Amino acid sequence: MLKKRIIPCLDVDQGRVVKGVNFVDLIDAGDPVEQAKIYNAEGADELCFLDITASSDDRETLFEVVKKTAENCFIPLTVGGGVRSLDDISRLLHYGADKVSINTAAVENINLVAKASKKYGSSTIVIAVDAKKTGDHKWSIFTHGGRKQTEIDAIKYCEEVANLGAGEILLTSMDRDGTKMGFDNDLLSNVTSTVDIPVIASGGVGTLEHFLDGVIVGGANALLAASIFHFGEYSINDVKRYLAEQNIAVRI
Amino acid sequence: MNLAIINYGSGNLHSVHKAFEVVNNELSKPFEIIVTNKSSDIEKADKIVLPGVGAFQDCKNAILRIDGLYESIEKMVIEMKKPFMGICVGMQLLAERSYEFGECEGFGWIPGEVIKLDALDDCKIPHMGWNEIISQKHVLFNDILQGTDFYFVHSYYFKTKTADHCIATTSYPNSITAAVCKENIFGTQFHPEKSHKNGKKIIDNFLKWETV
Repeated sequence: MLKKRIIPCLDVDQGRVVKGVNFVDLIDAGDPVEQAKIYNAEGADELCFLDITASSDDRETLFEVVKKTAENCFIPLTVGGGVRSLDDISRLLHYGADKVSINTAAVENINLVAKASKKYGSSTIVIAVDAKKTGDHKWSIFTHGGRKQTEIDAIKYCEEVANLGAGEILLTSMDRDGTKMGFDNDLLSNVTSTVDIPVIASGGVGTLEHFLDGVIVGGANALLAASIFHFGEYSINDVKRYLAEQNIAVRI
Repeated sequence: MNLAIINYGSGNLHSVHKAFEVVNNELSKPFEIIVTNKSSDIEKADKIVLPGVGAFQDCKNAILRIDGLYESIEKMVIEMKKPFMGICVGMQLLAERSYEFGECEGFGWIPGEVIKLDALDDCKIPHMGWNEIISQKHVLFNDILQGTDFYFVHSYYFKTKTADHCIATTSYPNSITAAVCKENIFGTQFHPEKSHKNGKKIIDNFLKWETV
């Protein structure tokens, strides 16, 4: 049986982890490669890097990080943040990313989704969707790291990118992100029941039960979390053991 | 000994190269690993690895575009019987044909076809993530327990004509091919280079594999 994936996410700024794990024995806590190694050893099913480097001049540092991580961690690595073009995707894949996530650029130019999926294969292209509730069972897409609102309906958009060949959707609830109130399972279940491609739930996880709800209520295929792991509240193993006890198939 | 990893621009080349290098180092470097698309290198190789991600047709065309590349691989694998390992689309290419984005001929080294996965039950397509395999007794699966998880990412799968050539399966929800083998030709649908320790073990088994 296919396992539900647990994916830790690291925010990287100019090659450094912004909000990272407080591991005591870590020599360099700001080094994404060191943190990735720990997650790899703990049993993470995949890793996700979100590059939040503001200036494109400083983005070179990300490539080194991706390269070193790929050399050390033999699990899939998704990299996103600032991906604008096919060239950007090519470079990330060349340095060792397995999947590339596209957010704003896909909203601005939906053809990029089709072109990228055709060129690199659907399974390489993850579409990151930042959604915020705007009404009853209605969500709108935000771009530019959540700073810019659009009129685009999130559910319809997810359906469209899936039809254009996206391999996966990374769905973040902006209402829940950072709140520790749990995933927006209403949003999740609306998307997971609409699209045939896998959906990664993101935003809001604060307890072990939230992971379970994301799977059972939200229908998520994978669960992404950042701070719950970074602050050492729970390890990846804790989450997996808990889910296994609840009869959710996970890789132990 | 030489091990050639074929470079035709495949997305997973870097990961495959690194994984093979790490395992090779752990074995005290029995192989000189070369990443290449040159016939001269391939014809000196003792083992050959063909990575592959993306669409079947694109991968095949990318190989054919490089002058003499396919011919030298075929010579080494089919005539000289050198151990060969294909990964993901690199494994699907061994089939007679694929139906991804229209019909396209494969290498035809192992009888069978590459067809779309059925979207049954709540199974999403692509089949993406860790799934357990059941393998036949084979040296390439030495020290791999039944039910071990490997990392899969694909929407099409290799339906072999004869069950003998399918040496491992996974279920999604039907039983589908996870690995094929015919004489000196081995291929995995999953990504050993992304399957952590157990993936490394498969690579280790391939490096030690002696076909006669």
